[in-house]
Amino acid sequence: MSADHLVSVLVRDEPRVLTRITSLFGRRAYNIRSLSVGRTEQPGVSRMTFVVTGDRNIVEQAMKQLEKLHDVLHVVDHGLHKYVDRELVLLKVAITPESRVEVRQIAEDFRARIVDVGRHALTFEVTGDEGKVTAFIEQMRPFGILETMRTGRVALTRGSNADLPGQVFHGGETEVLRPVLEAPEPSETQAGGMPGVS
Amino acid sequence: MTPPNGAQALWQTLAAHGVGTVFGYPGGAIMPVYDALTLFPDIRHILARHEQGAIHAAEGWAKATGDLGVCLATSGPGATNLVTGLADAMMDSVPLLAITGNVARHLMGTDAFQEADITGITLPITKHNYVVQEAGDLPRVVAEAIHIARSGRPGPVLVDIPKDVQLAAFAGEVHGPQAPPEAPAPDPHALEAAVALLKEARRPVLMVGGGAQGAAAEVTAFARAWRIPTITTLMGLGAFPASDGLWLGMPGMHGSVAANRAISEADVLIGIGLRFDDRVTGRVKDFASRASIIHIDLDAAEISKIVRAHVPVRADAGRAARLLTERAQPLSHPEWTATLAEWRTRGEHPAHWGAAQAVRQVVSRLGPGDILSTDVGQHQMLAAQLARFDRPRRWLTSGGLGTMGFGFPAAIGAALAEPGVTSMVIAGDGGFQMTAQELATLTKYGIRNVKICIVNNSYLGMVRQWQELFHERRYSEVYLGDSNPDFLKLADAYGISGWRADNADDLEGAIDAWLAHDGSALLEVVVPNEHGVFPMVPAGAALSEMIETEPQAVPGGRA
Ligand SMILES: Cc1ncc(C[n+]2csc(CCOP(=O)(O)OP(=O)(O)O)c2C)c(N)n1
Repeated sequence: MSADHLVSVLVRDEPRVLTRITSLFGRRAYNIRSLSVGRTEQPGVSRMTFVVTGDRNIVEQAMKQLEKLHDVLHVVDHGLHKYVDRELVLLKVAITPESRVEVRQIAEDFRARIVDVGRHALTFEVTGDEGKVTAFIEQMRPFGILETMRTGRVALTRGSNADLPGQVFHGGETEVLRPVLEAPEPSETQAGGMPGVS
Repeated sequence: MTPPNGAQALWQTLAAHGVGTVFGYPGGAIMPVYDALTLFPDIRHILARHEQGAIHAAEGWAKATGDLGVCLATSGPGATNLVTGLADAMMDSVPLLAITGNVARHLMGTDAFQEADITGITLPITKHNYVVQEAGDLPRVVAEAIHIARSGRPGPVLVDIPKDVQLAAFAGEVHGPQAPPEAPAPDPHALEAAVALLKEARRPVLMVGGGAQGAAAEVTAFARAWRIPTITTLMGLGAFPASDGLWLGMPGMHGSVAANRAISEADVLIGIGLRFDDRVTGRVKDFASRASIIHIDLDAAEISKIVRAHVPVRADAGRAARLLTERAQPLSHPEWTATLAEWRTRGEHPAHWGAAQAVRQVVSRLGPGDILSTDVGQHQMLAAQLARFDRPRRWLTSGGLGTMGFGFPAAIGAALAEPGVTSMVIAGDGGFQMTAQELATLTKYGIRNVKICIVNNSYLGMVRQWQELFHERRYSEVYLGDSNPDFLKLADAYGISGWRADNADDLEGAIDAWLAHDGSALLEVVVPNEHGVFPMVPAGAALSEMIETEPQAVPGGRA
């Protein structure tokens, strides 16, 4: 039962961290479906979100291996808590005088924004969860998609809880997060917590 | 005196961490470090003849003492010569610090002379690695590297230092060692579940791995308190005393009949400090297929990686064993004990002359505190089967990577760490030649306690055995007999004395002279060419499908 699993990793913002993580995945033949990386509110800490395909065992192994890396500060399995996720896609679709209105109408339904207008094509920006993005692409497909660029999913746990624990960077406490961490909101936890993931 | 620079900060930091011996080989990109070494007379540097010799010696030091091994190399070819040792240390969880010089920062990435991207190359075979960007960072980075190498599941850490960083002025503070982190307390529910399973067990087996080498006393107390028959893996030999009546030998491809059958028949198998390597499990699907498995390991990623644990316990081996001992209920399984006793008599090597007999005679002369290293091949498996260890950290072998060339330099490292004991190495005629140049290291430093035994079968014996069994005796590129050196002359060329024997009686006398010789010495034992190591579980077969003794009738042997 292969399925997609959404995982976030907080990492030290240092050279080679991305290589270290992707090479770990590559060597063990875990397939990364999407990966997005960016800085966080915390200096020196970056956040990656990726989607791994595989059965539950593979994903558990991948997460445990990630936790062993010195650069990795925390691993979040979004399968365990409610989360919000988004993906951004830029999509260039061919238009003709006849299709122009229809394409714009569909885009409006999806609340897609036009970011570029060419003589024979329109480029849209769509943000949403994976389902919405995929649905939009499918709606546009009959008109002739010229190019797409998806950013990969990004995700955060819902509610006021933060995934970043207090113990993070160089042993220092993260002052901003402390009040939040002291009173965590209860969140729905599914069965089967992983050993070693707090 | 030269003003303080990065290179001096490096040595100060190492000294502050109690590092007294380093193994290395100089070169252009590490010259400032070697220059600064002259200011630190209390640090002993051992000049090997090849960087691979240096890193295996550092591993031998670490495996024998449980402490950090340290090695040093220059950039490019020096650094790449460390690669095998790093991979070896990673597989066998050896605490190791490797320091490499690199070209100056402004040259990095330009394919400069002797540049190699050593952090890139070693990324998957180190626990962590660093390129130091500022001299001011050196003490912190080195302290952190040592901490990572030693803490949790130990492993190798590489610190790459560009030449200009070694030379840059340094004015900062040097860091001493950090207190090791407290190992995680085992989950009480998991421990409770383990106790419940053990209490109900009718055919229990304890399997002890290399991760328990530092917890031998606790693990032994646990096994004895519960009276659980105990197996030690190749890496775990010595972590439970071989002289104890509960000991069943080693499991796996060349394991004992008793150990492998016990695993196949067990109803509860408790593994501690091991990772279920495929050489141990045989066909995984059939491994301990009747047993509920309790797996205790510090590294969460090892639990259920290969063999699904019914009761996973993430814990330090010693701590978990102590807690389980507190809950001990001596078990009594007369039937199981009788069955195991019967299996224990199986699979003995025939008593006629051959490599097994030679290894038996040699290892029987080891004293209780002596250290035995091996290289890789038939002699290694024979030594593992025939040597009897009652103490931990007396058995040094390359388990996970199976690195030919490991044994001799590892014995040198161990000999330097413990000059008061005999550091014996058993090697094949093939593997010895991979690092034979380290004979020079013995001579250079007047090392007196290394006893080298070469089991010479004129073949790459273990490969020949596989070709015999699985490739219809097509002996492809494994014959060495036409081109081996005269090993005694080779030793003599480095100023090392040697003895030779080719039968059991002469061997006794030669062993006497070899061991009595005041100083390091070499013993070559010439054995028949085509003997195999048995028992054997063919690759990919189940442990229960083991071949107990040599298939064809061998004179004096069992059919
Ligand atoms: C560096 C390296 N190269 C190749 C091998 C594959 N290998 C495993 S055992 C073996 C034969 C070893 O022969 P020898 O050292 O003579 O020991 P013997 O098996 O005869 O005791 C070889 C080639 C290895 N383990 N390591």
